This record gives sequence, C-alpha cells and structure tokens, in this order.
Amino acid sequence: MSRSNLLEKRTAMRYNVLLWMLLVTGVLMLTLKTVYAEVYKTNEAFLSEVFAGKVPTPAHVWLRGDLKAQVNKILMHPYGKLRVKYWKSADKSAWILEEIGKEKPITTGIVINQPGKISKIEILAFRESRGWEVKYPFFLKQFLNAALKADQQLDKPVDGITGATLSVRAVTKLARMALLLHQHETARQGN
Amino acid sequence: MSRTSIWALCLGLSMAGVVNAETTEQKIERLEAELNALADEVERQQESASEAKTSGRTKVGGYGELHFNSTETDDGSASKDELDFHRFVLFLNHDFNEKTRFFSELEVEHSSAGDGKGGAVELEQAYIEHDIGSNFQGKAGLILVPVGIINETHEPATFYGVERNVIAKYILPTTWRVGGVGLSGHNAKGFSFDAILHEGLNIPDTFNIRSGRQSTGNAVAKDFAVTGRLKYTGIAGLELAATAQYQSDFAQGAVYGGSATLLETHAAYTRGSIGVRALYARWDLEGSAAQLADKDVQSGGYVEASYKVTPKVGAFVRYNVWDNGGVGDTEITQTDLGVNYWLNDKVVFKADYQNQTASNNSKASDGFNLGMGYQF
Repeated sequence: MSRSNLLEKRTAMRYNVLLWMLLVTGVLMLTLKTVYAEVYKTNEAFLSEVFAGKVPTPAHVWLRGDLKAQVNKILMHPYGKLRVKYWKSADKSAWILEEIGKEKPITTGIVINQPGKISKIEILAFRESRGWEVKYPFFLKQFLNAALKADQQLDKPVDGITGATLSVRAVTKLARMALLLHQHETARQGN
Repeated sequence: MSRTSIWALCLGLSMAGVVNAETTEQKIERLEAELNALADEVERQQESASEAKTSGRTKVGGYGELHFNSTETDDGSASKDELDFHRFVLFLNHDFNEKTRFFSELEVEHSSAGDGKGGAVELEQAYIEHDIGSNFQGKAGLILVPVGIINETHEPATFYGVERNVIAKYILPTTWRVGGVGLSGHNAKGFSFDAILHEGLNIPDTFNIRSGRQSTGNAVAKDFAVTGRLKYTGIAGLELAATAQYQSDFAQGAVYGGSATLLETHAAYTRGSIGVRALYARWDLEGSAAQLADKDVQSGGYVEASYKVTPKVGAFVRYNVWDNGGVGDTEITQTDLGVNYWLNDKVVFKADYQNQTASNNSKASDGFNLGMGYQF
C-alpha cells in the first residue's frame, strides 16, 4: 500500500472513530444521567430520621478555654465559630458539622449514643471533585461504634482512600469532634 | 380620695409589678436568646468577611517540593549533587455555580524559566467541569489523563519517595495532561469510570514516549486518542483500576508512525498502618520502524510496601523494573528505601535511598534524595 493510501486510510479511520465516539457519548450521557442520579439528604430530613420526627429544640455548646483548644487541636486549625449547635434527646445527641477536605466543606451528620459511641454517620453534602468514596456506607461504616480514647483519637482504625487522604481526614476529624463535644456536654449536664 | 381607695391603688400597682417582673428563669432565657442572636450575627459577619477575602467562590491553593539529589552512575561516568526547587504550583479554582466549576494548575518547574534556564512555566490543568447528574460529570479543557496512581493526585504529601516513582516517569509520562473532553461517573458500590477523547501523543522517531507529550501547546491534532478507565474503590482502603488508551497514529502522520496502545493496571491497599501498592503498564507501538528499533514494546511496573510507625512517620520500600526498549539488554531495576515525616496533614519531609541496576552501568544511578513538600 502506498504512503498516500495509508494516510487516507488512517484519516478515514480517525473520522470513523470520532463519529462512533460522539454517538456512544450521547447515548452514555442520557443513560448515565439517569443511572447515576443521587439526592443528598437535607439536614432537616437527617434530624427528623434520627429523632423519629420529633426533633428537639437545638442547644449550643460554647467553645471556650480548654474545650476550644481541644477542638482546634483535633481540626489542626482554629474552629471558625463561637458555638456548635446540636440536638439532644435522653439517649443521644446529633451534630451537623463541616470541615474542608481539600478545598470545600464536607457536611456530616453524626449521632452519638449515650455510652459515647457513634451510632450513625452520614455525609449530607460532599462538594469536592475527588474523594467521593467518603460519602458511601462502605467507607462510613468504619466509624460505627467508634469512641474517643483519652488521647482524643478514635478507638478503632479508619482505612483511607487512595488519592483522597484529605477527605478521609476531614470526616475523621469531625467524628472525633462530635465525640469530644458529646462527652463535654454529657459531663456538664451531669448525665 | 378616700384612704380605702389609696390602699386599693397601691395594692393594684404592686400586683401589676409582680405580674410584669421577669422571673430569674425568664431573664436567663431572654439573655440566652440575646446572646445566641449576638453570636449568630458575629458568626455571620465572620463568614461574610471570609467569603469576601476569597472572592466567594474562587479558591487559591497550591503545592511545592524542594529536592536534594545526590547520585552517581555505577561506572562513575556521571554524578549529580543538586538542590532543586523542583515544583512550585498554584491552583486557581472557581465555582460558577453549584454545578459548573473551573480548575487550573500553573507550575514553575526548577525554580526559573527562560533562555538558558533549566526550568519551565507550564499550564498543567485548565478545565471546566459540569455536573450532568449528581454522580456524573463532563469536563472539557486541559485535563490530566486518568491513568496510574499519581498522575491525577501528585501532591507531595500523598506519596512516598522524594521523587515521583520512575515508572510514572519513564513508562507513564506523569504529569500527563492533554486537551480534550471527558465524562466520569461513580456509584454507591464504589465503581467509577472515566472516558476521554483527547489530543494524541506526537512521539519522535526515537520512540521516546515521554517526549511525545504535547501538553496542548500548539499540539498537532491530526490524530486524537481515546482513554478509558474503570476503577473500584468499594472497600475502604482498596483501589483497583485499569486504564486503556488507543491512538491510531502516534507520529501524527510521520512515516515511522503506527498505532499506539497503552494498558495500565494497579492495585493499592491500606489496612491500618500497612500499605501496599502495585502497578504495571505496557505500551505497544505498531509499525516496522518501532520494531526495527526494538522500541515497539515498552513496559514497567513496581511494587511498594509501606508501614506507618506513627501517624506522622512512615517507612517504605519499593522495587521498580522497566524497559523502554532499544538495542541489547535495556531493562533497568531500581530499589528505593525511605521515610516520610509529616509535620502535619499538608507538610512532609522525605528521605530515601535508591539503587539502580542495568546491564549498561552508565544507565544506573545510585544515591540518596532528601525532600520537603507542602500543599494548601
């Protein structure tokens, strides 16, 4: 085959490949848009589920003195607010907290039961482009029944996600922070 | 007014006082409400100030790494003792709205660029990403090829070793960026895919794949390439992935050209303090010219084991083997041993020792490397 015939054949093949790519892409986009649709739970829906429809009036824990220092140590940066809002019933407390993964906040709902262990954890908003694995049960189930040790680390290991270290650390920090604040409020209220 | 009326008035006024006076409990509740309202306002103002500082939806970030390399070839014909600010990178990202965003990465390599300088200023990423569905995105622009472990996530705190591993240099031409369009999606089971149509390589007649990167700088676009990746991350700590790429003419019309196919697969698993990574990649270049040069197959891989002694200190060992082809025995192996010390999540200090072996001793370098890296 001559050089010019070879180049013509290659050009024709290129256009065929491009045409097929466009067709396949169009079909893929229509199909996957439906298949991959997913809706986040709102904060209100999360709380309603946790408290069986009877969401208590929110309370606040003020971050001062040692408590503030401990929260900042867990987050490894100053917490930007004066207080943390939470919801409490006789047997549990619920926290909706945010921490930046790589560059955007991950909103996480965490429920601590009265022995001071995590009984529920859900990602209510994940805005990063990478590290999406942290929002699914196959990752979050590692936190269930985790408690806080004296050194304010979790008492069970959390395996990470390759390439999403910062998202994993952000969720882990929020779990530790919720456990710490639950401990503090439980002690303060003498429960 | 009679005395009785005066007494009645006084009694009435005192009763009214009792009714209107706050109880201590009511006063505490009111003060608590006022304090919370005040705190709400302070926090709102803090958030507004914070958003104003970053122009709201525009974010700046970056990473960088300083390296010291001290190596010498096995035959003593060449040595290197260099201190190099290898990469200084700035990210500038912007959210147009909740569904559409822009990412960019601008890099200065080797500290300075220009005539007679060894460095370069390079645009490494600049693309628009749009959420077509909640777990399904489209992107267009200058994007990173979805291949290997560190091509897309290469901030120094995320990997072991001062330099990026040699397979990600000689077989996978990291940082490999291309102009193109792509789709990606994931589901709740941990499966994800990427598919991109992009500018192809323009490999010279030395068949050096890394030299074929065009990086979307007046890139010859007679022949495009397609890349697809499937990834599974549905078990915490585990990543399994495979990438395939096809380009019908790697020389963009030059006489020595032919098709190029890349297959890459890797596994990474972290359990507690222990981490294991393995990667294999292979190029097949079609055409008699590549065959004659014995460069038609170029492949390599590595296995790496690591152990976190403490959350801040980790040690690793890695064995790499690769072959870019050519006359004679061209296989090279490299063993790396080293430690990372993370000062915090985003700052790392590194040290490692490398030992290479090759049939041609001038191609093998041994020595040690020190590094500092950061990201924000």
